[in-house]
Amino acid sequence: MFFRLCGECLPDRVRYMSGAKEIRTKISSIKNTQKITKAMEMVAASKMRKAQERMLASRPYSEKIRSVIAHLAHAHPEYRHPAMIERTARRIGLIVISTDRGLCGGLNINLFKAVTSTMRKWHGEGLEVDLTIIGSKAGAFFKRLGGNIVSQATNLGDSPGVNELIGTVKVMLDAYEEERIDRLYLANNAFVNTMTQQPIVEQIVPIQGDEDQELKYHWDYLYEPDSKPVVDALLTRYIESLVYHGVVENLASEQAARMVAMKAATDNAGDLIDELQLIYNKARQAAITQEISEIVGGAAAV
Amino acid sequence: MSMTFHVNIVSAEAEIYSGTATMVFAPAEMGEVGITPRHSPLLTRLKPGEVRVRSDDHEEMFFYVSGGLLEIQPHIVTVLADTALRAKDLDEAAALEAKEQAERMLADQKADFDYAKAQAELSQAVAQLRAIQKLREKMHT
Repeated sequence: MFFRLCGECLPDRVRYMSGAKEIRTKISSIKNTQKITKAMEMVAASKMRKAQERMLASRPYSEKIRSVIAHLAHAHPEYRHPAMIERTARRIGLIVISTDRGLCGGLNINLFKAVTSTMRKWHGEGLEVDLTIIGSKAGAFFKRLGGNIVSQATNLGDSPGVNELIGTVKVMLDAYEEERIDRLYLANNAFVNTMTQQPIVEQIVPIQGDEDQELKYHWDYLYEPDSKPVVDALLTRYIESLVYHGVVENLASEQAARMVAMKAATDNAGDLIDELQLIYNKARQAAITQEISEIVGGAAAV
Repeated sequence: MSMTFHVNIVSAEAEIYSGTATMVFAPAEMGEVGITPRHSPLLTRLKPGEVRVRSDDHEEMFFYVSGGLLEIQPHIVTVLADTALRAKDLDEAAALEAKEQAERMLADQKADFDYAKAQAELSQAVAQLRAIQKLREKMHT
């Protein structure tokens, strides 16, 4: 793989290809690889910018819907959605968001490490886990690991939409309402900055509100036609927006990680080319010296 | 100057409009509503249709929404617009598809991506067609 080109293993490799021609072909092959990694780096950089914009664009919606939910939590409505009520956990639902493609450094592996350690902790407490997978990398990983995968969405592309997530989220919400799972968690990479992506596993259902916050007065909405369908629709959209936000954040993380990984690969290829060039020059010089000494030796013999 | 209030129209994918208005019309589930300042708090679902925002200088702006939620507070109105066409059976088809995809992935030894994708696209298209038909029927009645 491109990013595993490393300078340390060089001397060994070179010992077996002292021929100047072999070194030359090696150099040109590395140059080709370098061109590819450079191109991938630039593509990732421009995609990252777009992904970041998308991440910012999804923020107003989640802020607005969160403030409505906060009102609801305080308003003592006549109907309380199950997603707002805590119950003892026996089985946990987990949505894992990964990338569809590789070549993005340790991004997915770091996330899977965090997820598996959390899952081990849950298993230790006697809790079972149902998985929903977004992104084909997580699908392959948890299939091999033998997780209980109930639904999946892959190939979301560079501009994922909420409508591609409705199905997977609904599977989990239905399971929650039918009490097949008692909690729902979301795992994805949080975009801290270009250099840092932090894997996080957090609970999204039941909704954790700041309950202790005291309101001066209590009021409730009028609901049209009725509180149940309205609150149901609101909470479904809230969970969907959380998952969507996770997806776009993961996408920004993916592009940032790929950009950094490809930059490292390009740099490593450059180092490798420099060292090989030096060895090539030495080999060439040695060949010329040998030729001259042969000629001189020949002339002396005559 | 007439009384105004703040209007936010947002979808999950982008902010659509944010500003002040003297009156807002929205296609609520129980019929179109006109909202003026100091309306009592109300929460309702929206049907696909047009949201009209009348600004300070009596200019009207139109926004199409394919459904969503409307939250009203005395001095702030929020339209949480859907980006996708939502109907119950459409959601169910999507959920089924997500389940099937997982089953297929687990069953397939070497995942045949193109086949899976084609299948997914087909069932999506079928489900969408059904939703559009339903909406049309509703509009005609």
